[in-house]
Amino acid sequence: MLTIVCPHCGARDQTEFRAGGEADRPRPADPFALTDAEWADFLFMRGNVMGLQRELWVHAAGCGKWFSLTRDTRTHRFAP
Amino acid sequence: MRRYSVLALLRESLTGHRGWERAWEDATPKSEYDVVIIGGGGHGLATAYYLAGQHGITNIAVLEKGWIGGGNTGRNTTIVRSNYLWDESARLYDHAVKLWEGLTDDLNYNVMFSQRGVLNLAHTLGDVREGQRRVNALQLNGVDSEWLDTAAVKRFCPPLDVGAHARYPVLGGTLQRRAGTARHDAVAWGYARAASARGVDIIQNCEVTGLVRDGARVTAIDTSRGRIRAGKVGMAVAGHSSVLADMAGFRLPVESHTLQALVSEPIKPVLDCVVMSNAVHVYVSQSDKGELVIGAGIDEYLSYAQRGSFPVIEHQMGALLALFPSFSRLRMLRSWGGTVDISPDASPIIGRTPIDNLYINCGWGTGGFKATPGSGHVFAHTIARGEPHPLAAPFALDRFTSGRLIDEHGAAAVAH
Amino acid sequence: MRVALGGTRIDRSRTIHFRFDGRTLAGHPGDTLASALLANGIHLVGRSFKYHRPRGILSAGAEEPNALVTIGEGAFAEPNSRATMVELYDGLVARSQNAWPSLGHDLGAVTGIASRLFPAGFYYKTFLGSSRTWTGLYEPLIRRMAGLGPAPTAADPDAYDKVHAHCETLVVGGGAAGRAAALEALGQGRVILIDEGVATPPLDGVRLLNRTTAFGCYDDNLVMAVERVNDHLPPGERRGPRQRLWQIRAKRIVLATGAHQQPLVFPNNDLPAIMIASAGLTYLRDFGLLVGRRIVMVGSSDAADELRAAGAQVIEVAAIAAAHGRKRVASVTDGQGTRHRCDAVLMAGGWQPAVHLHSQIGGRLSFDPARHCFVPVVDPSRARLIGACAGDVPVDRPSAPVAGPNAFVDFQNDVTLADIDLATREGFVSVEHLKRYTTTGMATDQGKLSNLNAITRLAHNLGGAPGSVGTTTFRPPYTPVTFGALAAHDRDQFIDPTRTTPMHDWHVGQGAVFEDVGQWKRPRYFPRDGEDMRAAVRRECRAVRRGVGVLDASTLGKIDVRGPDAASFLNLIYANGWSKLPVGRCRYGVMLGEDGMVFDDGVSARIAEHQFLTFTTTGNAARVLDHMEDYHQTEWPHLKVWLNSVTEHWAAAVVTGPLARDVLREVVSDVDLSAAAFPHLSWREGRIAGHKVRLYRISFTGELSFEVHCDSRFARPIWEALLAAGERFGITPYGTEAMHVLRAEKAYVIIGQETDGTVAPDDLGLSWVVSKSKPDFIGKRSLARPELQRPDRKQLVGLTMDAFVDEGAQLTAGAADTVMLGHVTSSYPGAVDEKPFALALVTGGRQRIGTSLYAHFGGRSLRCNVTDPVFYDPEGVRLHG
Repeated sequence: MLTIVCPHCGARDQTEFRAGGEADRPRPADPFALTDAEWADFLFMRGNVMGLQRELWVHAAGCGKWFSLTRDTRTHRFAP
Repeated sequence: MRRYSVLALLRESLTGHRGWERAWEDATPKSEYDVVIIGGGGHGLATAYYLAGQHGITNIAVLEKGWIGGGNTGRNTTIVRSNYLWDESARLYDHAVKLWEGLTDDLNYNVMFSQRGVLNLAHTLGDVREGQRRVNALQLNGVDSEWLDTAAVKRFCPPLDVGAHARYPVLGGTLQRRAGTARHDAVAWGYARAASARGVDIIQNCEVTGLVRDGARVTAIDTSRGRIRAGKVGMAVAGHSSVLADMAGFRLPVESHTLQALVSEPIKPVLDCVVMSNAVHVYVSQSDKGELVIGAGIDEYLSYAQRGSFPVIEHQMGALLALFPSFSRLRMLRSWGGTVDISPDASPIIGRTPIDNLYINCGWGTGGFKATPGSGHVFAHTIARGEPHPLAAPFALDRFTSGRLIDEHGAAAVAH
Repeated sequence: MRVALGGTRIDRSRTIHFRFDGRTLAGHPGDTLASALLANGIHLVGRSFKYHRPRGILSAGAEEPNALVTIGEGAFAEPNSRATMVELYDGLVARSQNAWPSLGHDLGAVTGIASRLFPAGFYYKTFLGSSRTWTGLYEPLIRRMAGLGPAPTAADPDAYDKVHAHCETLVVGGGAAGRAAALEALGQGRVILIDEGVATPPLDGVRLLNRTTAFGCYDDNLVMAVERVNDHLPPGERRGPRQRLWQIRAKRIVLATGAHQQPLVFPNNDLPAIMIASAGLTYLRDFGLLVGRRIVMVGSSDAADELRAAGAQVIEVAAIAAAHGRKRVASVTDGQGTRHRCDAVLMAGGWQPAVHLHSQIGGRLSFDPARHCFVPVVDPSRARLIGACAGDVPVDRPSAPVAGPNAFVDFQNDVTLADIDLATREGFVSVEHLKRYTTTGMATDQGKLSNLNAITRLAHNLGGAPGSVGTTTFRPPYTPVTFGALAAHDRDQFIDPTRTTPMHDWHVGQGAVFEDVGQWKRPRYFPRDGEDMRAAVRRECRAVRRGVGVLDASTLGKIDVRGPDAASFLNLIYANGWSKLPVGRCRYGVMLGEDGMVFDDGVSARIAEHQFLTFTTTGNAARVLDHMEDYHQTEWPHLKVWLNSVTEHWAAAVVTGPLARDVLREVVSDVDLSAAAFPHLSWREGRIAGHKVRLYRISFTGELSFEVHCDSRFARPIWEALLAAGERFGITPYGTEAMHVLRAEKAYVIIGQETDGTVAPDDLGLSWVVSKSKPDFIGKRSLARPELQRPDRKQLVGLTMDAFVDEGAQLTAGAADTVMLGHVTSSYPGAVDEKPFALALVTGGRQRIGTSLYAHFGGRSLRCNVTDPVFYDPEGVRLHG
């Protein structure tokens, strides 16, 4: 079980958090400017990175805030 | 290939079993193959076996970065079933079950496909509705399935606690009698042995490090054991699919997560079927060795570590003991994790990729083992013909663009 | 045999009694079951897994593979307990396992006589044929032979506990190295010391956990341990939990877990009374007993003098070629071919550091040729290892393995040297293949006394060093852990919280039958005078349609959405528009996922210019709030809006039926209830029994309806006031079943029943809800995809038929067809009359209205007429009443 550092509450057990997947993939400002394939890319395609990934977490059983962290998906270690 | 039989065993027992040959040849890579399959798990090995046997292609290599069957083939809870809701899924998975039924003979290797029945429990009125919907659909699709009420569930699985005092009492269940379990390692070894006998090169400790492209085609594969030229390439690497797709320059709609499982110490026979519960969230069977084989959930964060978090195991035990209070004094002997590739609709992806001669087979998520023979069979067809097998066609990658998903979230015993 | 020397752990002044296979025997407090059996001269304690060979006690610790027994009786029975770890108490009952009819005369041993027919993996080469022969014929035979102890058949009566602890330093292992490390760490904050045994005396300032096994090491220095709180006490003296699971988060982990001395491999090395040398010494030092009078020592000889001093005859040999005997070793042939009579053998095969916890979190190992074992590679970012587990073990070069019949590598799983050799020949040369093919290392000791010998032999066969072969992955747990301890409190009723409404006790008092909806308990119906469900539901429906009914709707999710951008936010979250909704009015809304599929629905009310109250379905409340927060925080943080769950703050009662207004007039003050002043889809604030309430004119029944919402604290008196006021109107409490029937007559969908994640708004006939004018909302872009535009999508229709069809029935065009066109989502035997009706999702369904289909369910099929889904008051006159 990971220890996750919430930027608002500090280090807590992973069970207080939910993972939110890859970060930095904002919802397109004008979805209708995208082709079906581009929209499918936004909806479904993922980098699924093996290595360092920027990802979202939410402190669901704590302050409720979303934030992003960098973590190595091979070792589970968060980048400092 | 020297055939296995009781007679052969008797003969060998007289000479100290010194005459047994290698189960499969340990091949050294050649410089070129007509087809290269990346991934020496059950799906990859089965693909090579059917390519060689049914499509007349024998210049085939299977590349495995470690030891064959070392990924999810050797890490799952060995459940085989085809009780899927949608027509496309039911047909694909039942194609696999039919192949399972003759697989031991086909491979001349005992894969121990035990049709002891899979019971899926219903704990809420919603579960009952969903279970009955599934049973009715399966029956029309020609897949055996029946609905059991609470008393019938208890008769079929006596150690189960079906009392009304439970947090989520058992309100009934669906039963597929042809479903059951198989010996996971034997599937990899049996396919490897049979494929090797058909001339397939099985190359272990051979990690793919890059794909060499010429325009829209792959021409060669760079590996830890050198460059290998390939006419066609098939990928069957489960949790690592995105990594290979990245080498080829495209992305996939899958995410890799750790799925955990565990076994108990061996005990005398106590559970004679497979029991699965979505609502209480556990699946369990007893192996021929006597161990209870218990599936846990997935960790919700991305991981390639093959290492899960402990709360998942704790949760699993609570669920197990809610259904089987008499298992409380048994002990967890071993737990482990595997990396599964979860697709958005909980259905696999089989077929062509943006690269002309590169084919993909991935996205089986938590349930790939059961499909092994069917998956290999339709994937071999797809690679050999260059167009999807009819059973595989609905599972093509382009469904994510059109929106024609095959949403089987209700079918898996793991909440995605 | 007890001797005068040693015995530091036992209290010789007291005698306690226990039973083994029905025999009453004596021991001392402080004995383990193993030491007590040995003191009674009992060496044969079990039978092996495959060949049913007689087995004794091999070790004195957690690594024991042979001496497995069932402790306790009935619901308290615990199979596969290691006799070496079971502390003796007065009245302990132990039984041997895997033997029939008795341990001494086990018929299963026939497999041992024919063992050459059953080499490693024989089952892959035989029992060939179809899956039917395997399932029906061969497998049942194999299963009957398999397994060790029997599983209890009754529920476990014991309780288990769980504790979370935090410390700066966690030391695992209470030996000399561990104790020193614990003392050294005292200046650096909290110290916890864990020891598997009982003998560690307390250290000042250190939190000491005796009888505790650290079994798993996980990410970020999480160590899981299990404390055996009262397993060592006679049943009558046990208080509190049986075992306690510790979850310890440490800044630093120090492992001082020691090492396991390994067995030697030679023919018949598994005979009872052949033991690990260090175990022989432990039995003398700790328990004051000699494991034999005439002991052959092979390998290390440090202990010979100590054994002699205690009165044993000791024969030291450099190697053993074979052991002889039947149920106990009687003699050995040494390396020179000389035969020595003996009654025990102590073997020293080198030491393997206990690196399990280090390896579980990815710590690496390297092979140390001098010590002939795998030692940990130091990694400062992981746990620190000290003492024997760090590789500080005696340089004991074990004598070479001797091949021949019954030369065992894995004792419990009956894996021999010949099996390793066979696997090598057949190409199972990856160490993981070797393990899986032969099952070596997969027994309940998880290879603690077999892995090193197996790897050494494999390496030998391949012509390399063990380091070139590597080890298998170390997987938690270090030793087996009781399921009950892992679940601890989170079992039975507590696997999921139970949520109840403020009116719950009232419902219970009325004899309501409940259903689980998410975590909530909701009354499904209120049977009266022996009514069955159907009768009760018909009565409840009739009351609503003709008079007045009341429903506890407190479980509905409620989200307070406020801020200057509240309307803009809801415009993005919902498929419909909110900007123009006036204060005081309500509107039905549908929420889609980004894939365009219906995710949730419900009414929202505009409370103030900048405040909405959003109702969600009962089961989806938390998910909807999460979904809103996710989008607000990650996509639209610029919107000034705040979200709060107020589900538990507001209780709700639905008063519905043609007489609803009459009931409310009796109790509500401060509100003009007339249709003109208080129209459908609006809300007002008033008072009932002196308490402030909000009244919403929302109808899920198709009748004139008022939802009465109030502060949960006052819900019970308000509920009772409504019932009292309604008494003369025949007010009837109704449950979710009647609610379902009534809403289905109006084709109001239920999320999760009419929808399954594949249903878009138009499929449900809800296009009117979906805004055409808004440029964007969640799911809008996906609705434009080709698949969502197809005319043959499944659409919601009604079905009428002569008899009831099951929900989940599949629909086809012809009676004998198998091509499915859709399925029945909701089905009821009738509301106020006996006319069965259903809702269904059918391919191109709206085009099929007026035609017929066949419903297939439970092996039957029934003709159905496809109709408009709205069965009741299609003009909506009544709800405006």
